[in-house]
Amino acid sequence: MNPQVRIIKPKKGIVGIDFKELINFRELLYFFTWRDLKVRYKQTLIGGTWAILQPLLTMVIFTVFFGQIAKMPSDNIPYPIFSYSGLLLWLYFTNALTSAAGSIIGDERLISKVYFPRLLVPTSATLRCFVDYGLAALILGALMIYYKFLLTPAILLLPVILILTWLLATGLGYLLAALNVKYRDIRYAVPFFVQLLIYVTPVIYPLSLATGKYHWLLSLNPMTGLVEAHRAAILGHQAINFPLLGLAALTTIILFVVGITYFKSVERYFADII
Amino acid sequence: MDAIKVQGIGKKYKRGQYAGYLTLRDSLMGLFKRPQTDNPLSKKEFWALQDISFEVKEGEVIGIIGSNGAGKSTLLKILTGITEPTAGTALIKGRVGSLLEVGTGFHPELTGRENIYLNGAILGMPRSEIRRKFDQIVDFAGVEQFIDTPVKRFSSGMQVRLAFAVAAHLEPEILLIDEVLAVGDAAFQKKSLAKMEEVTQKQGRTILFVSHNMEAIQNLCETCVWLDNGQVKMIGQTKQVIEAYLKSSVINQAVKKFSAKQNKEAQINKITVKNATGQVTTVLDFACPFSIEIEYELAKDIPQFFLMLKIGHESVREKYVLIGLSNDNNYPNPTKKGKYKAVVIIPPFLNTGRYNFFVALTTHMIPYLDSSESISITLNQLSSSPYPMIHRNPESQVLIPLKWNITQPF
Repeated sequence: MNPQVRIIKPKKGIVGIDFKELINFRELLYFFTWRDLKVRYKQTLIGGTWAILQPLLTMVIFTVFFGQIAKMPSDNIPYPIFSYSGLLLWLYFTNALTSAAGSIIGDERLISKVYFPRLLVPTSATLRCFVDYGLAALILGALMIYYKFLLTPAILLLPVILILTWLLATGLGYLLAALNVKYRDIRYAVPFFVQLLIYVTPVIYPLSLATGKYHWLLSLNPMTGLVEAHRAAILGHQAINFPLLGLAALTTIILFVVGITYFKSVERYFADII
Repeated sequence: MDAIKVQGIGKKYKRGQYAGYLTLRDSLMGLFKRPQTDNPLSKKEFWALQDISFEVKEGEVIGIIGSNGAGKSTLLKILTGITEPTAGTALIKGRVGSLLEVGTGFHPELTGRENIYLNGAILGMPRSEIRRKFDQIVDFAGVEQFIDTPVKRFSSGMQVRLAFAVAAHLEPEILLIDEVLAVGDAAFQKKSLAKMEEVTQKQGRTILFVSHNMEAIQNLCETCVWLDNGQVKMIGQTKQVIEAYLKSSVINQAVKKFSAKQNKEAQINKITVKNATGQVTTVLDFACPFSIEIEYELAKDIPQFFLMLKIGHESVREKYVLIGLSNDNNYPNPTKKGKYKAVVIIPPFLNTGRYNFFVALTTHMIPYLDSSESISITLNQLSSSPYPMIHRNPESQVLIPLKWNITQPF
């Protein structure tokens, strides 16, 4: 066997991603994801039920206040299934983003004592949240049966939408996780901004409600295109807005590149300042 | 062939207010402050390591010694890739495994079995390898009955044994070890040491071994690097380096003579530090008692005269670990004119490290009739520690086994 030679020296500027190393450590990615899931299900009384209760109760409240009282339009489909299909992706995004943002400082001891590619930590956080998504999706399935919705070929686009949402949450997660190591303000700022963000994303209301410049402004939020496409891909109640989805994909990719680049350029200081 | 080649490695840290994380406010405020001058080492920075160079041959076991803060752990952190050097390069040939702090990757909620897999993965072991060695690991740690119990219910000794067992079964070409042998009870330490010897001698692995345990270093390493203040002070045969290191940690002489002063009612003539076997030295085994002999003279009768001994850690000023008075107990405490010799026995209760002590001749009325300068003593781990678990915690200055009585009165 030809042993590999590693050179350790100060790095400067933008650091490339060592894909070979990431592949070597793929098992650790699995173990981090597995650890967090296992611990969560051991420590909480009703484990996975939380993943269902959170969107379900939110949907009930939205239905009462926005659907019944405020008579919010919902693209001609029942408000419960309208809001739930949006919430499902929205909650995945916010949970993934929040977990990723706190992930590096959450594994402080490991970061300062053991070497492994730091990217694995926020990545496992956003991957793990797909388990919650899967559980919460069961309720959407039930709602679809109840309201007699049939799957259309548009569902084939769902994996693409999920990958894009994952890229968005992970890219922003890298950025915030790295900033969090240096500026602990982030820890308090993230949940607050995430709460505000739902109002500029068509979860409670349909995008068709916003006209003129508001429509254009909302479209700049990549989650707008993703939530709308997610709803249309599953429910098939309207055609997928491809230009909007394309714009979201572009924004997502830009944000992902920015996030991962920033993370890679500061990760070498993590162990020193964490 | 060199397995590790370190050339001019240096690491600069910031200290004080700006060390560690910032708040956004600090950074924003920083924008409005005058930019730092181009002085390469501003006041807030210091070199934790500077210009470190050495080579380790394949299959060689090299020890790294030095007092706390000499840069030993920083060096290992650089070689494992946890942190980056500020200057210099290091070439490493082969897979590196590190045993930096035992049990770092353990999660208290997970069972022993789950933690073995998790910790193995963190240390870079493929799952297939962990599975193959699983029984060996459990057997070595001696935790068979508890393997499916959450680790939080393990005793600390069991946790440490399990963690060491996982790490000891790693099979990288290069192994970096930081102070792992100072864990567990005496029997387990012995077993760990034997395992380390097996790993180095039979398997021919390259090992970098950091420890305060001179005995372990001597047993395991042919070559030794002595780091002092972030620099290499000496490299060579372990025995010689250790001897030089132990000698150097004596700042003051073990025998301190004081010249006669004019018009003193009482004066200290000589202070001698002796170890448990009566040798005159200031390098002491923290696990053994040592004695301080004070020769002094009273020029006249001094009613209420007594001696005072203050011992403090070198890093702390004006606070002491212990203050002893010669009239504390019912020992004879002469106050008449004459020459005397007082012998104080200090039982083993201090953790390893450097301590200063001084002696004063005094009464309750006058501040000091005479006092010595501070005399430095070094407590090292020269033999297997009787307090292994306490020793692991460097924050503890005093090592005294406590009596606990836990009941359920309700």
